[in-house]
Amino acid sequence: MEFPWRDVAPLPVVVPLGMAAVLAGLGNYIPRRALDIAALLTSVGTVALSLILAAGTVHAPLIYWFGGWKPDARHFPIGIGWVIDPISAGLAAFVALQVTLALLFSWKWFRVVKSLYHVLMLVFLGAMCGLCLSGDIFNLFVWFELMTAAGVALCGYKCHEEGPLQGALNFAVSNSIGAYVTLVGIGFIYAFTGSLNFAGIAAALAARPPPPLFLACVLVFVCAGFLVKSAVFPFHFWLADAHAVAPTPVSVLFSGIMVELGLYAVARIYFGMFAPVFTPHVEAVRVLLLAGGAATALLGAMECFLQHHLKRLLAFSTISHVGLMLIALALLSPAALAGFLLYAFAHGLIKACLFICAGILLHRFGSLDEHVLHGQGASIRGIGVLMVVAALGLMALPPYGTFFASNLVDYARHSEREWIQGVYIFCGALTGGAVVRFALRAFFGLGLKAPVAQATPQHEARETRGDYDRVPIPMALAGGLALALGVLPVALPAYRAAFHTYAAALIGTHLFSAAVLGGPPASIAPSPLLPKLDYWPSLTSLAFALVLVWSVLVPVVRRGTHAVFETWRRFQHFQTGRVGDYVAWLVAGLAAWAALLAVQMR
Amino acid sequence: MTHLPYFVAAYLLLMGLYGVTTSRNLIHLILCLTVVQAATYVVLAAVGYRPGATAPIFADISTHRPAVDPVVQALMLTDIVVEATVVALLLAITVQIKKRTGDVDPDRVDEFKG
Repeated sequence: MEFPWRDVAPLPVVVPLGMAAVLAGLGNYIPRRALDIAALLTSVGTVALSLILAAGTVHAPLIYWFGGWKPDARHFPIGIGWVIDPISAGLAAFVALQVTLALLFSWKWFRVVKSLYHVLMLVFLGAMCGLCLSGDIFNLFVWFELMTAAGVALCGYKCHEEGPLQGALNFAVSNSIGAYVTLVGIGFIYAFTGSLNFAGIAAALAARPPPPLFLACVLVFVCAGFLVKSAVFPFHFWLADAHAVAPTPVSVLFSGIMVELGLYAVARIYFGMFAPVFTPHVEAVRVLLLAGGAATALLGAMECFLQHHLKRLLAFSTISHVGLMLIALALLSPAALAGFLLYAFAHGLIKACLFICAGILLHRFGSLDEHVLHGQGASIRGIGVLMVVAALGLMALPPYGTFFASNLVDYARHSEREWIQGVYIFCGALTGGAVVRFALRAFFGLGLKAPVAQATPQHEARETRGDYDRVPIPMALAGGLALALGVLPVALPAYRAAFHTYAAALIGTHLFSAAVLGGPPASIAPSPLLPKLDYWPSLTSLAFALVLVWSVLVPVVRRGTHAVFETWRRFQHFQTGRVGDYVAWLVAGLAAWAALLAVQMR
Repeated sequence: MTHLPYFVAAYLLLMGLYGVTTSRNLIHLILCLTVVQAATYVVLAAVGYRPGATAPIFADISTHRPAVDPVVQALMLTDIVVEATVVALLLAITVQIKKRTGDVDPDRVDEFKG
């Protein structure tokens, strides 16, 4: 008997949402530990279900129509379809894995009001899984909105503090405006094609290509919400505020998976709907995305190195790495897309590990400021070593996935655009170096003890309860597990080759269209060869990072580099913390993106 | 088919964005956000409009009569539900901010500078 794949298809969303409803109803009656266990089991179960789906679709994608409603050419296009392939299902498994790590971390978390925290985490999980699996533009949008709603509630969970409330507000307003623009774009595309399904839209656009100006506007509009979510310049301002103040396990999810999902949605939208009709204009899209990616990466990296508050430092580091991922995506080739996906997985786990380390510091010392913590961390140097080891991954050193991913990107640019490698080296060095600098100061007491005169609060309310003299085992376990899972699977060449194979399948729209619209059965081609590995860029990045850290920590050299950092500090003036400014940037940015694309497509 | 609804939508969008950008009161800001959202409804309704068509409810009329597009109306309804959640959340956050600081001015916080 054949395994009932079709019955499993909706479960990665149904199970977490169903459990969330049950826990919401029973919140008053079940003890804390039962809630923890129920939520953990649900997320582990979602990992398993997604992996089963990924395993079941290795030969051909599975198209699942809800309620058996399937649009056909003669009737009204009613029907919501999901496209399940090893990439979408694998990403859903990765989402559930991150949620599992976050829940493991929050074992010692004390601010639990009834079952609200667990319910929100499970709704967040269900929404993210839905976003991964959807093959329908409006369905994708709805999951995206649900993700925003759950994310805002989780971000502002510490509602007795001012920072999280303001962070959640900036998050909600910025993302809502982005979502409205996306919805307008969806309205336009539906008006033009009469379809909401990726494959249906792609077929309609190919049959009757719209004028370039319309195409440029619609692409930028539809992607707007997702670009805001993934914090691409100049839509990134909200991220630093929200990620820095959210509860630690929530920051793990925000940086570890939510921003990556925004870019994944952009990839799905472009390759699923627009790639065929943009074939004559592919260079225009490439230049636009490369420019956006480079600006995001450089700005994020420079701001990251200036931060002294660990969570804020990590938030800017996430912005920088989003830029690097967007550069990978922008090359618009199978190898580059494989690099993007591999990077997203690797970066997500490294960031999860680093945020968990931040949570441990907060638990032990009640502060996240580099200068306040100066040398205090000597009693838990193991955590400091863990941070430094994770920082090596940000510099794309082997054996991290980021190393293999940047090699794929390097291969995908075909010896053109040398600057891409430079941006990878520079941003890796700055973001990795910032973490190393923090760890050396906080855990090893290196460098001068500077007077604390930052705007950031020196001490913040703890999120945890219990013995502050020890590192709780579930927390350390979650951190170590994140790092180990980030390193171990990528050592297998077969695992890396799979990314390449299925990235090529994701780009092959014909494959997907055939499956959705009917036609000859499509199968996934065997994997192309992996590129040869080049170690020099990573080692250059490491050397640069060490020079940077040394120049900051050694007083004599410090004066020389001071001027450079003062120049960078000017960028900080744009980060005003005012949501109105962020929205103004967002609108100006959208206009600029659409204009840039339209001018090039003329 | 007239272009008037699209001009109305563009006007609502720009006015709402202007309000969000310049607002000095969180409740006002959230209401401006709903004005921006109203623009999306107008766009969707205009997309689904067919001249001379009725509402897409066929309970007591012939199924052969032209009707406006029900898909965009379903989209609109879904979006109203989701956005109602977000607006409720935002208002709840505003209540908490007012409780913490006694103020609803979004410009007051300077924790995030730099």
